[in-house]
Amino acid sequence: MKNKYSIFSLVKNAFSYHENWQKAWKDPTIKKEYDAVIIGGGGHGLATAYYLAKKHNMKNIAVVEKGWIGGGNTGRNTTIIRSNYLWDASAGLYDHALKLWEGLSQEINYNVMFSQRGVMNLAHNLQDVRDLKRRTHANRLNGIDAVYLSTEEVKKFCPIINTSQDIRYPVLGGTLQRRAGTARHDAVAWGYARGADEMGVDIIQNCEVKGIKRNGDEVEGIETTKGFIKTKKIGVVAAGHSSVLANMAGLKLPLESKPLQALVSEPVKPIIDTVVMSNAVHAYVSQSDKGELVIGAGTDDYISYSQKGSHDIVEGTLNAILELYPIFSRMRMLRQWGGIVDICPDASPIISKTTIKGLYFNCGWGTGGFKATPGSGDLFAHTIANNEPHKLNAAFNLNRFISGDLVDEHGAAAVAH
Amino acid sequence: MFLITCPFCGEREQSEFKAGGEAHIERPKQPTELSDGEWAEYLFMRKNIKGIQFERWNHAHGCRKWFNIVRDTSNDKIKAVYKMGEKPPVK
Repeated sequence: MKNKYSIFSLVKNAFSYHENWQKAWKDPTIKKEYDAVIIGGGGHGLATAYYLAKKHNMKNIAVVEKGWIGGGNTGRNTTIIRSNYLWDASAGLYDHALKLWEGLSQEINYNVMFSQRGVMNLAHNLQDVRDLKRRTHANRLNGIDAVYLSTEEVKKFCPIINTSQDIRYPVLGGTLQRRAGTARHDAVAWGYARGADEMGVDIIQNCEVKGIKRNGDEVEGIETTKGFIKTKKIGVVAAGHSSVLANMAGLKLPLESKPLQALVSEPVKPIIDTVVMSNAVHAYVSQSDKGELVIGAGTDDYISYSQKGSHDIVEGTLNAILELYPIFSRMRMLRQWGGIVDICPDASPIISKTTIKGLYFNCGWGTGGFKATPGSGDLFAHTIANNEPHKLNAAFNLNRFISGDLVDEHGAAAVAH
Repeated sequence: MFLITCPFCGEREQSEFKAGGEAHIERPKQPTELSDGEWAEYLFMRKNIKGIQFERWNHAHGCRKWFNIVRDTSNDKIKAVYKMGEKPPVK
């Protein structure tokens, strides 16, 4: 039984200099067989395990992770959470996630520092204005809060934006989703890991999957660097490496893995209390609780697993940032990094069964998976437990690339690709 | 970031080029005969290899010609460059 985190446990542990906190998750001995194995110990994978144990009573399960939990894209993203997507299917999916975020800290007794500071999307040309207005209407019809702002209202909401009409791509307006915001990315992985561990889930770190064993049309288990693990159900949540795992099972996916970069500045006093995103010039920025500006850059256009991006991509983003926020011109950047994102042709994810019995994929989140973490885990758990999708992820099946029933979200995905 | 040797212009920065994705995906000879599954295979399904990959590149900010590259996608090291229509080098 886990001790509950509270102000009292904090005070109590202060007396022992915080040296006697209970371990948040154990270092388990690997069993020979599990009812289900989740490949990938990021936020999505750990959330999947958590909801499998909690809602579907599957306790004999394992999460295998080749590095350490939350060390992939969960620890590399810009922590933005929003649900203002265009199509009904996406609205259902992302708003389901947003609603789970709203109660998440309480539910898992772990402060994920969810902050509904609002996300603003800027328009820089007439087509942007039309698209964003259309998206605002679509959002409201789907019960998602969204308002369209004039240039003056943008300036009022975030005064440091340069709204001069003389710049190369002037701000013509924008949208605002007030329920949107940010969360602490590591805390999400750690909180779900702690919750899953408490219900008996084995979290196996430093364990790389080397092969997926099949018996005809069904899965039998996985070969790992720590030996063979038998299981009848495998849920793959491996982000950039999804295609690598699919190849092990003899499957091909409609994915391309590309580097996506982000960077943070030196910490400064609070200057921007919301998240501002701008598709057309490709700049988005928010400020972390430590005071760093968190800046998202774009993807490179070539396939790469190197976790490094090109310098010109960062340069382009910073050019745009400086034109929109001249006040940042003397700031120094502290760190820059890349993550490998798996991009789908329609910029929507895949949460689906496959043609192989017992093999499920949750992938294709591309440049914007963090926001969906709780919803993705919940719906993927449902799909694995029932061998059928939930109605909220039915549209995000693999078969849509054959039927042509794509969910084109290129406009609402923040990073152009 | 890496350098690419264009077979027409020589060594240039990668930012001068546009990636064209997986090479040697043949356009269907009889499009009318194709099933939905075969179309999906041609249009969407990709090997997305981690390791040695054959791919197309275009020197977009140079001679604007297309050519092929063999590149290790795990570290971005280029193994070979060859022109369109030429036989791909064997690994």
